[in-house]
Amino acid sequence: MNKRQRQRQLYNPWAPWMFLAVPLIIYLIWVIGPMLYTFYLSLTSWDGLTSPEFIGFGNYTKLFVDRVFFISLRNNAVWIVFFITVPIVAGLALAMALNREIPGARVFKAFFYSPMVLSLVVCGLIWSWMYNPAQGLINGFFRAVGLESFAVGWLSDPNYALGSIIAVAIWRQVGYVMVLYLAGLQSVDPFLVEASLIDGASKWQSFRHVILPQLRPITVVVVVISIIDSLRAFDLVQIMTRGGPYNQTSVLANFMYIESFNNYKMGYGASISVILFIISLIFIMFYLSHIMKEESN
Amino acid sequence: MSTVTKKMSIGKILLYIVLVTGVILWMVPIAVAVLTSFRSNDQIIMNGAFSMPEEFSFKNYAAAWTRGDLKTFLPNSFIITMPSLVMTLFLSSLSAFALSKYKFRGQKLLLSIFVGGMMLPFQILLLPVFRISEALGIYDTYWALIAIHTAFQMGFCTFVLRNYMVTIPDSVSEAARIDGCKDFTIYSKIIMPLVLPAMAAIATLEFTWIFNDYIWALILLRSEDHMPITAGLARLQGQYVMDWTVITSGALIAAVPTIIVFMFLQKYFIRGLTMGSNK
Repeated sequence: MNKRQRQRQLYNPWAPWMFLAVPLIIYLIWVIGPMLYTFYLSLTSWDGLTSPEFIGFGNYTKLFVDRVFFISLRNNAVWIVFFITVPIVAGLALAMALNREIPGARVFKAFFYSPMVLSLVVCGLIWSWMYNPAQGLINGFFRAVGLESFAVGWLSDPNYALGSIIAVAIWRQVGYVMVLYLAGLQSVDPFLVEASLIDGASKWQSFRHVILPQLRPITVVVVVISIIDSLRAFDLVQIMTRGGPYNQTSVLANFMYIESFNNYKMGYGASISVILFIISLIFIMFYLSHIMKEESN
Repeated sequence: MSTVTKKMSIGKILLYIVLVTGVILWMVPIAVAVLTSFRSNDQIIMNGAFSMPEEFSFKNYAAAWTRGDLKTFLPNSFIITMPSLVMTLFLSSLSAFALSKYKFRGQKLLLSIFVGGMMLPFQILLLPVFRISEALGIYDTYWALIAIHTAFQMGFCTFVLRNYMVTIPDSVSEAARIDGCKDFTIYSKIIMPLVLPAMAAIATLEFTWIFNDYIWALILLRSEDHMPITAGLARLQGQYVMDWTVITSGALIAAVPTIIVFMFLQKYFIRGLTMGSNK
């Protein structure tokens, strides 16, 4: 209270708003306003040319009987599960292996996180070539070692297509998770680890009970970022399969794009993005409360 | 004693074998793309990627650059990225300053809006932004992309810069205030110089993010004159459906700027990533 009064005397109460005015106006026009406007659009029928026509919840009732919607929803769920688990396990393992003074550690790290700087479009293209059924390296390898039956249509077979795309996303993500854990390991107290080893804990036990709990804050961040990224997944699918074969690799973001910009059902597209937003909101709120809690500490 | 050291060295050797194998496997897709880009398409069609190269030439790069028009798309990417980067960093530094060096009503709400905004799925913005850009007459121009990148990236930049500014003791700005410094002078002469390391880190990260954007280019551009290289690559993919030698060349050309950033500004890139997740 006292401090607040003192500060109030120190500066003009409008000062922060002078700094905020321009950024906030731009943010409201291009981010917050559009977000709210999409809610309205989802209640309209709109072809993108004429003006939107209000139709109530018609788009949503259509959505809940649309098979492609449920395929996309399921694919996003699958994406989330693998995009969290594999990079966390692999990234943490790499971080543990490389978080010590071994010759060449820096080079190893650099190689593992280098895919992260490539755009998803570039990743999608070079992997489409790897997956190419006739001339691609993967099938070429299987044929060369006599495992003909493993040479499948990675992106054209409904059984493998989604997994093949998620694998690319994981390839790009592992190095990122490794970097975050390496940063987190810097704050792990080495004395605690040493003490646990002296007390007779095995290496695994000290990892499990001493190191891992201290990495919890990083893990929370990684999980939230991974979920948000999974829900945003678009570029790879667009480049590699466009949702095919038979919509089997469709995710909500692509489904929304195709309905809006290829089929010109923009009201319908808006309703898909509202669903996507509501799912994201759960995790955004969780993250916000996590941050605000640390803020008040 | 000797068994202990022996055991350790065997463990170390095993670790190295695993790591080296891992790195090799990790780099295979990139290596294959590089090899393919130098080969002739006839050879690839005859023997596949899993065959020994017989010739090396740059003619696929030339094809991607001229006939694939990457010579237009690559400069476009810079024309879009650089102004977006400068504007978003500048505006975010203003909002971060307000959110960290003052106390006022609604401060937490504003911070939440910026943090929440950075995590939005883009899809919730696509249609209205498409409409706004049409209404403003900037649809199918660089400006539409510069505007949305500037606005959207402010969420992340404000969040990270604000977290950084909070760590600068208030006594620094208070002392300046007592000396009679105006608010803007405190921002520009006292806080900003201290924030420069954080700015460098975020700038590096944001450069690759904006440069690598694909979806906004897809939504906000119709003609090819203004396309950034990501959209240009997708076009190349359609143009050279059966010719992977040209597509991989194009993909590698598109990767060069971000790889250069990564090689020379790696330290900042990594710092940016970890700063963004430290809360």
